[in-house]
Amino acid sequence: MDTFDRDKKVGSRIDRRTFLKVGGAVGVVAAAGGLEGILAAHRAPAYAQGTKLHWVRWVDFIPEADVELKRQMPEASKVLGAEVTLETINANDLQPRITAAVQSGSGADIFMFQYNWAQLYANSVVDVSDVANEIAKAEGGFYDVYGPSARVGGRWLAMPHSIIGNAVAYRRSWLKEVGANEFPKTWEEARKVFSQLKKKGKPYGQTLGHTFGDAPTFAYPVLWNFGGAETDASGKKVVINSKGTVESVKFMQAFWKEASDEGGLAWDDTNNNRAFHAGEISASLNGASIYIVAKRQKDKIKDEKGEPMYQDIDHAGLLPAGPAGQFPLYLNHSHAVMKYSKNQKLAKDFLRWLHKKENFEKWFVTNEGYSVAATTVWEKHPMWDKIDKPLQVFRTAARKTRIFGHAGPSTAKATEAFSKYIIVDMYAKAVQGMKAEDAVKWAEGELKKIYG
Amino acid sequence: MVNQVIEGAGSATRVEVALPHPTVSRSARIERLLESERLLAFVLLAPTVVLLGVFIAYPFVMGVWLALSSTSVGNIGKFVGLHNFVKAWNDSIFQTTIRNTFFYTFWATLFKLSLGMWLALLLNRHFRGKRLVRASMLLPFIIPTVLSTFAWRWMFDPTFSVLNWLLYRTGAITVKLPFLSDGTYALWCAIVVNTWRGMPFFAITLLAGLQTVSPDLHEAASLDGANGWQRFWHVTWPLLKPVTIVVVVFSIIQTFSDFQLIYVLTGGGPANSTHLLATYAYQIGVMAGLLGEGAAISLFMFPVLFIVVWIQLRYLRRLEGA
Repeated sequence: MDTFDRDKKVGSRIDRRTFLKVGGAVGVVAAAGGLEGILAAHRAPAYAQGTKLHWVRWVDFIPEADVELKRQMPEASKVLGAEVTLETINANDLQPRITAAVQSGSGADIFMFQYNWAQLYANSVVDVSDVANEIAKAEGGFYDVYGPSARVGGRWLAMPHSIIGNAVAYRRSWLKEVGANEFPKTWEEARKVFSQLKKKGKPYGQTLGHTFGDAPTFAYPVLWNFGGAETDASGKKVVINSKGTVESVKFMQAFWKEASDEGGLAWDDTNNNRAFHAGEISASLNGASIYIVAKRQKDKIKDEKGEPMYQDIDHAGLLPAGPAGQFPLYLNHSHAVMKYSKNQKLAKDFLRWLHKKENFEKWFVTNEGYSVAATTVWEKHPMWDKIDKPLQVFRTAARKTRIFGHAGPSTAKATEAFSKYIIVDMYAKAVQGMKAEDAVKWAEGELKKIYG
Repeated sequence: MVNQVIEGAGSATRVEVALPHPTVSRSARIERLLESERLLAFVLLAPTVVLLGVFIAYPFVMGVWLALSSTSVGNIGKFVGLHNFVKAWNDSIFQTTIRNTFFYTFWATLFKLSLGMWLALLLNRHFRGKRLVRASMLLPFIIPTVLSTFAWRWMFDPTFSVLNWLLYRTGAITVKLPFLSDGTYALWCAIVVNTWRGMPFFAITLLAGLQTVSPDLHEAASLDGANGWQRFWHVTWPLLKPVTIVVVVFSIIQTFSDFQLIYVLTGGGPANSTHLLATYAYQIGVMAGLLGEGAAISLFMFPVLFIVVWIQLRYLRRLEGA
């Protein structure tokens, strides 16, 4: 029988020398190497027992993407030595939650940001340049849109995460019926094609309602494609009342009446998906969700011949070109660590963990192109060669995207104009009967009040 | 403490002993305190005062301060006087919003009153299944606004509207009605949904009022040769007026500051044609992060609601006096 050995018993405790050795090692690697250091030390970092990290994101349009992230949370908790919880909420509820959290000084540690919210909440978030620079350096840099979206005063105030690339989903066979073997390249061609389709009860479908996604990602590119812009390059002079803008509004009036589903004025971000799957519209600017959902529910979503509809869906990478070119607006996402958070270091370590190749990759692949990464290196991922051809258009989609406020910097003022739906409503007013010049003048007046 | 001197028999020693106060005097003091009406009133009122202070006065004062400041999310801001109010007043979307709010409140309240009164008069009669009908009538009022509004949104859906389908199938229309995609239609749709939801409150309250009207009065009026309308106008209405005014005032307050219904049904669109003060204040304050301007927009409701409440209180006081 072993004798009671006091020293061995103490082995479950840690003596002062061992503590200093191990603690010092973990401390040094955590400080020097961040997440790499933590992993190298083969033990969780020294966060206080019971430390929790609360992360809030939207409810993804691809439900499997949320499932994957939630599956990863226990893994993250184990590695980081803290309980990481993910809460998903309606995208429209993100801003109310952020506002309440900032004003009360309590709430989630990490929030998902859309577009240029880093500008809007600049005083309430932590500088995450260290994390962002590490990831950018390792992965070939962020897409250009993240500069004006997530960097303020030279500091990264939100960690770029992903971009929802948009494309026009269209019914290949229906376009062929009116002689279009490919998606129209210019707006004038599109007007002819979809006018014919509308006569056959298969119009183009898009929202001009108060939505965060489809309405602005449609309206802003139309403005830019015709040469219109909110401000000049300085961001101080409102230049919306231009020939290009008026032309774009006149075009929209005609396109809406002749070629579009006029009910789109009341659509939200989901209506076009439903209308497309129900065979009510022939095309719509959207993320990849129309195609992906049609494919994943191929037994339910069928065309008029009873065949799975996804086989007849194709994607055009960009809206048709206007006289000034083709410039998309995509919904970009990033994650911000809140200033009031007591776990800022943990939050940054978590973001590092989230962006580790093996973790991010699982989420990225689940999306099948619906969400693309924030860095360019992911364009080379083997997934792109395996997914369906219509989805491959999203591979490089994020390269060209602009952000609102163009041609000036995307400041909080640009966000105010966006939140007031001034550009969307300029078109909405015009298609409801207001004279194009008057609609543009109205928008000019509203923008001048904002930009002072 | 009370010092008592005890003198030993036959001895010259004096011992001083400290004794506590008689318990009678302490309990008497407590009794006096408990019997103090002023203290009792204070104790009884304190919880209410604290609740009102924390949940009504503080948010109101904060709202006023925000409206007078340039506060935005995460920025304390500074005092800017009436700047936010002036900016809102010159804002064309705000002007549309003000018009919408009055239009929406006026018509919704009028419909709720007329239909609620009509329903109350019908339900005041005796018929089989009366209790069941009365209970089911409350359903629109019981279902959460968000849920019922979602149901209406589906009925008005631009693509899949069951109403359009029915009207088309019955030959009443040849093209789809733009329920929510036309500004004018959309505002009327919101009024219809508000009426549907608010009418049971009117009906049930007016019904309670109707049941206090003595049948003898109607009998006497009938004997005097009064017809149905005359009995309503000269007997029922004067007795129902106090209840009606209270219900109308409550309804105006609720309708004027409505948020959920518009937020779910139209989000203020298309092109701001259905924004009300509450939804526009939310858009500016929360979505654009301009808390000061959002508070100023919502404070425009205050004078209107203050006048409405003042009229109500004045009327009630007059009734009490009478």
